[in-house]
Amino acid sequence: MQLAVLMGFLLAASSPLLHRWFGHRTSLVLALFPAGLAAWLLLQAPEIIENGSLLLEWQWVPSLGISLTFLLDGLSLLFGLLITVMGACVLVYAGGYLKDHPDIARFHIALVAFMVSMLGLVLADGLFTLFIFWELTSITSYLLIGFNHADIEARKSARQGLFVTVAGGLALMAGLVLLGIASGSWSLAEILDQEADLREHTLYTPMLICLLLGAFTKSAQFPFHFWLPNAMAAPTPVSAYLHSATMVKAGIYLLARLHPELGGTAMWVGILSVVGATTMLIGAFLAIHHTNIKKLLAYSTIMALGTLTMLLGIGTEYAMTAFVTFLLAHSLYKGALFMVAGILDHETGTKDVTQMGGLRALMPVTAIIALVAALSLAGVPPLFGFIGKELMLESVLGADRFRMLLVLFAFVASILTIAVAFIIALRPFYGKRHHTPLEPHEAPLSMLVGPALLAVGSLLLGLMPALLGANALLTSAATSVSGETMEVTLSLWYGINVALIMSIISLGVGFLLFKRWDNVRAKLSLLAPIRRHGPEAGYESMMNGIVQFSEWQTRLLQNGYMRNYILVMLITLIALIGNSILLRHSPIFAFDLDVRFHEVVVAGTMAMGALFATTTRSRLGAVVSVGVMGFSIALIFILFSAPDLAITQLLVETLTVILLVLVLFRLPRFSNLSTSLERIRDGVVAAMMGILICLLIMTAWSIQQFEPISTYMIENSAPLAYGRNIVNVILVDYRALDTLGEMFVLALAAIGVIAMLKLRHGENSNGKSGESSKVTTKEPYDG
Amino acid sequence: MVKSGTIILNTAARLLMPLQLLFSVFLLLRGHDEPGGGFIAGLVAAGAFTLYLFAFGVSATKEVLRMVDPRDLIGIGLLLGMISVVPAWFMGQPFLTAQWWTIPVIDFKASTPLIFDIGVYFAVLGSVTGMVMTLMEVDKDEP
Repeated sequence: MQLAVLMGFLLAASSPLLHRWFGHRTSLVLALFPAGLAAWLLLQAPEIIENGSLLLEWQWVPSLGISLTFLLDGLSLLFGLLITVMGACVLVYAGGYLKDHPDIARFHIALVAFMVSMLGLVLADGLFTLFIFWELTSITSYLLIGFNHADIEARKSARQGLFVTVAGGLALMAGLVLLGIASGSWSLAEILDQEADLREHTLYTPMLICLLLGAFTKSAQFPFHFWLPNAMAAPTPVSAYLHSATMVKAGIYLLARLHPELGGTAMWVGILSVVGATTMLIGAFLAIHHTNIKKLLAYSTIMALGTLTMLLGIGTEYAMTAFVTFLLAHSLYKGALFMVAGILDHETGTKDVTQMGGLRALMPVTAIIALVAALSLAGVPPLFGFIGKELMLESVLGADRFRMLLVLFAFVASILTIAVAFIIALRPFYGKRHHTPLEPHEAPLSMLVGPALLAVGSLLLGLMPALLGANALLTSAATSVSGETMEVTLSLWYGINVALIMSIISLGVGFLLFKRWDNVRAKLSLLAPIRRHGPEAGYESMMNGIVQFSEWQTRLLQNGYMRNYILVMLITLIALIGNSILLRHSPIFAFDLDVRFHEVVVAGTMAMGALFATTTRSRLGAVVSVGVMGFSIALIFILFSAPDLAITQLLVETLTVILLVLVLFRLPRFSNLSTSLERIRDGVVAAMMGILICLLIMTAWSIQQFEPISTYMIENSAPLAYGRNIVNVILVDYRALDTLGEMFVLALAAIGVIAMLKLRHGENSNGKSGESSKVTTKEPYDG
Repeated sequence: MVKSGTIILNTAARLLMPLQLLFSVFLLLRGHDEPGGGFIAGLVAAGAFTLYLFAFGVSATKEVLRMVDPRDLIGIGLLLGMISVVPAWFMGQPFLTAQWWTIPVIDFKASTPLIFDIGVYFAVLGSVTGMVMTLMEVDKDEP
């Protein structure tokens, strides 16, 4: 299974090739992948529902607790099915939506890669893998929002989405690490199984705050909600998939996943229900400000995400049922509505609902799909959305804390949502026909299949909730979320109760609001100045502040002068090493002074070389004397019988001299640039550095806290690594990973040097003569 | 300016380069047991090319290298390094666990550390030669 999922990345990478083979039908071919995975998940479903969960083990780096193990229980099964089924629909839909787009292959790469990351996220058992997949979804989402990269707004929105979610990702990482430390395990299955109560742990509060920050940014909870409407710059298939059905629910998934272990405390209930309810109300309230159909849907998605968070916060058995039902219902209708929005945009050339009207006759199928999906959004029987909403209201009425507040918020939000649903279902399709930029006609089949399927799903599940094993699936999911065995039986009719009455009233008020929408909007525009000071303004000023700060510190620390860099680095080193060596340990000199005459000679040569290099006015002389120092060091290595080091030192020294000689030609004439005061400062810093390193070496020599690792290396070099040259065995065997890293660093440095030289060279031959650089090449060296 | 060398340098370089390269391969292969290894061998080989560069200039050295750009050598080195990582996976062991095989007839010990070391060799050789060569190339073309 893991292989099948990870193969998706290969599939994504090969998408340009598939385009060459299959042309317009590539989307259909790619859609086979999620469809296949969905079929596989369905085949596992009976076993998961029977046993509770299924663990597919795959160790990756066992010594660090990193595994690729997949945990399949009710919750991940529900999410996995949503991701794969929606994925197949969206891929088919995107094939029609972006049919003649030149970059459709690039789109497919990012979309399929996202799909795989999201699946990995909901299936991962290891905390590390969960985090990696989490970040991958942020990155692919960034690429997809910025898909139209020629558009500056799209780029800005993509960056904003990335910053907000990745900043949250950092908090999440801290939270996951704390979770791992507190529970003593890096596996979700073990964490969920264990007896010890994490709620009592001293790390509970910081852990919960970090995890919530990660979840809230990802799932666009107030006050981090602003990135989601901006993310609507993405092509509509992306909005339908990432920004309503899947990615934005990743945070919700995480909260639901950890609910059995972390939920139920006063802190959890307080934060989640209040933030969730606030998000719900604000999302619904801001939605009716907008006439752009995608923004309308985006804010209504924020409302739904808030609802889900609130339900997790309430945490009663009823709320758990409502949570899974609402989750499924929302994905079905919101996905369909987004795709309808895409059809309208695609066919009419505008996203403004007030510019549309009377399209019913021209696009009958789209109109029906929109009506069904929107009625589900409004919560009108007999659609599935109705069941979800009834359960939601019912759980709010049964909340243990903040009951009045939650009921009020939920009631107002549902009125506003109903108005939004009517706007989307009726406004474009009924009334007077408007002139639109494009001549509208019915969408192609490929764009209708997906939304039609989802709309039919909303209808069928509403009429017959027991159908398709939905009860069993939701029971299993609710059981994973609550941590206790639950029985979910959905039905359309629960009898006349408070929730039903609230529903009926809100339907009526919502419809009135829809009728007077234009007036309401005019009044709401008076609020614009207040909205300008919302969280987004805070984000903007913070980002500006960061840019200003980094400009300031760049001017101060990285101003392009080599001498400045060295000074900053040395002072930092002196401060750090000096702090720990002088203040935290006292320097120790416990060794015998036992030097031979030839050692003194070699050391003296080195000192002479250094002295000459710093005082000479000839560059060539300086290079040579630095070379003398280098060769003396090689000599020391030989004296202390380290032939490998000596050879390396000799070779490096030789090549350094050669490189220096080559560079010398490019430097300007030698001159005194620094004042004598600056030179005294440099001298002091240099002397301090020298003394400090000397102290460090002497201290390190005297302190022997642990058994030196070299003993192990020497003993095992021949029997384990089959090599007698320990230096080489360390490089290629014991510490091969470090060497691999160093190889990459070396390669990067070389490429950097080559690129910089070629770039400057190119500038010069274009007649711009390297003005950007501090070193001019005009003056030939006459040394 | 770096000019092409004198007769003595030219003759010496022509003779020394093959010897140096041979020596570098020798150092590379014996490195696991005696002083040597990929890093040192790579430096020696880079020294060989640098000597040749000083003696005959950039274009002649490029001809000696034929189709191989030093920058490609860096890539080859990194690739070999990564390849040596993989076999352990197939044996069900952690990443980078050394694998040893003995080739029967010539009694040669082949191993992933050796492949890795050859990777280091190429990466070092490519990096140093690439840098020196670019420096000289840029130098030569300037007024």
